Amino acid sequence: MNDTYELRMGEAHIEVHKFRGGSIVMATIIAVFLQTAIPVHFPKFALLDLPLLLTIYFGLSRRNPSTGLLLGMTIGLLQDSLSGPTVPIGLYGIAKTIIGYLASSIGARLDTEHPIARFALTVIFFGVHQGIVILTRRLLLAQPEPWFTMHLAIGAAVNAIVGVFLFMLLDRLRKN
Amino acid sequence: MVAIPSRHKSLFLLIGVVVLQILFLAIQIRRDSQGRLIRVWTVGAVTPFERVGASGVGGIRGVWNHYFALQNAARDNERLTRENADLKLQLNELQNKADEADRLAKLLDFRQNHKTVPMLAARVIAASADSATQTLYLDRGEHDGIRRNMGVITPDGVVGKISETYPNTSQVLLLTDRDSGVGAMLVESHIQSPVGGAGEPLLSMKYVANDDTVAIGEHVVTSGMDRIFPRDLPVGTVAQIKDGNPFKQIRLKPAANLESLEDVIVLLSVQPLDLTKSENKDTKNSGAPIAEAKPVAEAKKEPQSKSKTAKP
Repeated sequence: MNDTYELRMGEAHIEVHKFRGGSIVMATIIAVFLQTAIPVHFPKFALLDLPLLLTIYFGLSRRNPSTGLLLGMTIGLLQDSLSGPTVPIGLYGIAKTIIGYLASSIGARLDTEHPIARFALTVIFFGVHQGIVILTRRLLLAQPEPWFTMHLAIGAAVNAIVGVFLFMLLDRLRKN
Repeated sequence: MVAIPSRHKSLFLLIGVVVLQILFLAIQIRRDSQGRLIRVWTVGAVTPFERVGASGVGGIRGVWNHYFALQNAARDNERLTRENADLKLQLNELQNKADEADRLAKLLDFRQNHKTVPMLAARVIAASADSATQTLYLDRGEHDGIRRNMGVITPDGVVGKISETYPNTSQVLLLTDRDSGVGAMLVESHIQSPVGGAGEPLLSMKYVANDDTVAIGEHVVTSGMDRIFPRDLPVGTVAQIKDGNPFKQIRLKPAANLESLEDVIVLLSVQPLDLTKSENKDTKNSGAPIAEAKPVAEAKKEPQSKSKTAKP
């Protein structure tokens, strides 16, 4: 069986990557663990959203919208479960489900291997993710949240920068 | 039966999954926020790793700080020596004042009363998985006697309250969370008003009228009116004041360092506080719980004691 194959979209050839067995599960567990453990010692680390970065990366790499959205849902629900009491189960689940779907769909149409493309996509997906979370909070939870804050802008930039390097690291989990 | 075209299958799956989660969200919103089974399972599965991680990180930091990161040790030593000399001078000045001697005597009474209060030391092992909520996980839970709504403090001041409990773990809602709140009182003016979080490092004191006089640097302590915290625990210090409509916008710097908590104390009592009893209580009663102990600050101000409640 070929571990890497190509989608042919017109003239473009886009690779669909597979990963070593269990690597997605392990990466997810490690990301959620780090997301909760490190801010205890370094509070600024909370600016990073590692579960989101993983959702984006595996969505872009796998390029299958169904698996992308299911992985996003799983990661989001895990994050919900470990969040504060004011975060109902499903808040991040919904946002990451949609991000997983969008990332997989875009990954199937564009070449997303270049660091600049990854940076730009991470900024966009971070913004969309926050938009969905804020929309859900406003519509379903009646929690007035500002649409834009400087904190969000900094978060988008930091996540995109870290994402570029994290994605390079995660590339090593791919089957050759 | 209408067949779904294969190219639209993932879109239908997306819609189905999102709708399911929205329904699930709606069910939760209607319910009282009791502990949910999925939270219990997930926290139960993850917290053992958090414990190991917390110990591991602590160990690595200890080794790093004690054996490698010593380049600033000499400078720190000089600084600490200077600080120590300053502190000794201050201590001498304090010891020469009779009223300070009186305050220290009452402080001793207060601390003796604290000895009988059921308290539990706990270690912080994890933080919230999102940046929107300000919560922490402790390494103690229901098996240690911790229940929801118990107060959490450090020697510096109020930290928050227990928001969820699990068999061996519990979750603390920090004072800085926007859904957090504590009954509080300005020390000088005795104006009472709730203090809550705003999702950022500073706290917010609500319902203080523009006519009331508040000074920067004024200390804020618990009022005991929330029936979670006893009176006179430090909450914070006034850092910013702006006139608002109709109330002042007052921001407080928390007394406890909420950004780097490692060890906390859980007050193992959710009993309503008997404030009347507290006012009249002999401070030497060693059997008194913390809520009933006569606080030092209160005792010091007793001749001018008057309480003024802000009108919300």
